[in-house]
Amino acid sequence: MKEVMMGDVAAARGVKLARVEVIAAYPITPQTIIVEELSEICGRGELKARFIKVESEHSALACCMGASMAGARTFTASASQGLLLMHEMLHWSAGARTPIVMANVNRAIAPPWNLWSDQTDSLSQRDTSWIQLYCENNQEVIDTVIQAYRIAESVYLPVMVALDAFILSHTSEIVDVPEQADVDRYLPPFKAALALDTNDPRAFGSISGPMEYQKLKMARHEDMMRAVEVARRADDEFGEIFGRKYGIAERYRCEDADLILLTSGALGGTAKIAVDALRESGAAVGALRVRLFRPFPADDIADAIGGAPKVAVIDRNLSVGAGGIFAQELKAALYDRERRPAVYGFTGGYGGGDFTPEVVEGIARRALEMGKPDSPVIWEAIP
Amino acid sequence: MRRARIENELVSKGHVACPGCGAALAMRYALNVLGPKTIIVLPACCWSVITNRHPECCLEVPVFHTAFETAACVASGVRAALEVKGDNDTNVLAWAGDGGTFDIGLQALSGAAERNDDIIYVCYDNEAYMNTGVQRSSATPWGAWTTTTPATHFKGQEKKNIMEIMAAHRIPYAATASISMPEDLMTKVERARVARGTRFLHIFCPCPTGWRSSPDLTIELARAAVESRAFPLYEIFDGAKRRLSLDPAPPAPVADYIRPQGRFRHLDSAQIEAIQNRVDEEWLRLTKLIENNPA
Repeated sequence: MKEVMMGDVAAARGVKLARVEVIAAYPITPQTIIVEELSEICGRGELKARFIKVESEHSALACCMGASMAGARTFTASASQGLLLMHEMLHWSAGARTPIVMANVNRAIAPPWNLWSDQTDSLSQRDTSWIQLYCENNQEVIDTVIQAYRIAESVYLPVMVALDAFILSHTSEIVDVPEQADVDRYLPPFKAALALDTNDPRAFGSISGPMEYQKLKMARHEDMMRAVEVARRADDEFGEIFGRKYGIAERYRCEDADLILLTSGALGGTAKIAVDALRESGAAVGALRVRLFRPFPADDIADAIGGAPKVAVIDRNLSVGAGGIFAQELKAALYDRERRPAVYGFTGGYGGGDFTPEVVEGIARRALEMGKPDSPVIWEAIP
Repeated sequence: MRRARIENELVSKGHVACPGCGAALAMRYALNVLGPKTIIVLPACCWSVITNRHPECCLEVPVFHTAFETAACVASGVRAALEVKGDNDTNVLAWAGDGGTFDIGLQALSGAAERNDDIIYVCYDNEAYMNTGVQRSSATPWGAWTTTTPATHFKGQEKKNIMEIMAAHRIPYAATASISMPEDLMTKVERARVARGTRFLHIFCPCPTGWRSSPDLTIELARAAVESRAFPLYEIFDGAKRRLSLDPAPPAPVADYIRPQGRFRHLDSAQIEAIQNRVDEEWLRLTKLIENNPA
């Protein structure tokens, strides 16, 4: 059934449809609507979950980890400072192989205080062994939360679903809400392969020597790499039941392009509008939206770029001293390949700068005119 | 007097505690009462090493090793999962040291206690960061040497009163216990077991390694702490009603407890007298509280 809802509400509704059993969360703008909505949903008895209103984000994730270890399907949500406070537990929960799902509303990191969209919070967690998916719109938010449980519980790694602050979290859009019966068909109840169980007592996380430690970490990496195919299949099977799918890297008019605009999150939608206008004016530009960031789907991205000589990455995030993070990842993914396009690392819009279709068009035209890129960072400061 | 009997021996051979470790005894006594239907959440502390190295584990119940400051909240999560699965009789035991309780884990513990989450939280208190090599914690008593409070600058602050902090949360049950009084300790674990909500046990556990005391004095030191009133044994019900478990009258001199410990060796008799005065004051404060609101 179609309903009008904000991105935060869509995330909460996805949690309800996924029949989550334990929720632990702490409020932070602009994630608060998720926890408020879930409180209402649980309060009305529409979701029979235990919702633990913890005293910090660090405890929120630790609490989910305990619940997941005891065999429950779990959810938390955060943003910005809250996600950073969780950092230790991001590593721990992934290392403990707990398939937690978290919605992270991408918000700028202080100082100075800024509540608006910026992906540096979640992207700076890229080495924590969390799978990361970035959403373009509210429909994708609700669908991705549901898909996230399929992925997490297949590879026993936690999944972060990222949505832009305010651009998605607080913007109302039409969302086709999946039917519960269809979701139940798509997502069977969670049965942990190993759990804290007094009938089968085990110790998890005991002190280990280098060999065991390395083996566990290598296994985690292998499973993370496997998540590329798992995420693709989860999306394909979602498409079969619900009639819509997104891909792990979504291409838009990439055929015979002279330039590909590589984006993520809500900016992906803006890039499509810009590409239409550019194509209209005769410029051969395509758009590629990276939906799955960890593991980085290098083959899919290289394939989508094909023979295009130029890629302009637009990063609403910054690794200070290195540049935009998607640009870095893209360059690393292309280095060993035969076809290596020129990569232009546009970065800006932090803290909510508005990438309008005109701004994106401007970036494309600049990249088309540019010679070899001479800096890893091309500033795109916008109001 | 009822004799302490170990019926549920759930700490097996092969633990790697130091000789004379009080915390090893505390676990043995606690699990004897709680039994095999117990899940342990273990943050960073001596016990995260004592269990032994993978693939060995001396505890015959499920154990989850977690980050330093997360014992209480992970236990809350475990309990929530058991509840949604309809399991209401498995004990969820958060087992943390004084650093993980008084210091870094206090926020999460306060959160769980304020929510009255249905967990048993045991702080085995050896009065410093022993696992990392004897650094001061807020449970370290005044006057003690540690590696971060050297004898020339011994700890100048009093031990934090964790019991009153827990009482302020109005949790259903909180008690102090000593490994030198196993019957009393196990009676309190049983009271904690049958209660519901957040239950807190503060177990006094001498540490020969950190206290610079002889391993064969562990139980005697624990007893001396009780008999000198340096570590009173009492219970708090619903954060209000209090009951003294043992009234050592007349009390032994605090010096009997202090002198055998290397960590207090630098103290002169005037300083030991100062400790005696503080112990007397604290005892008076506690007994007044108990008089005003007896259980």
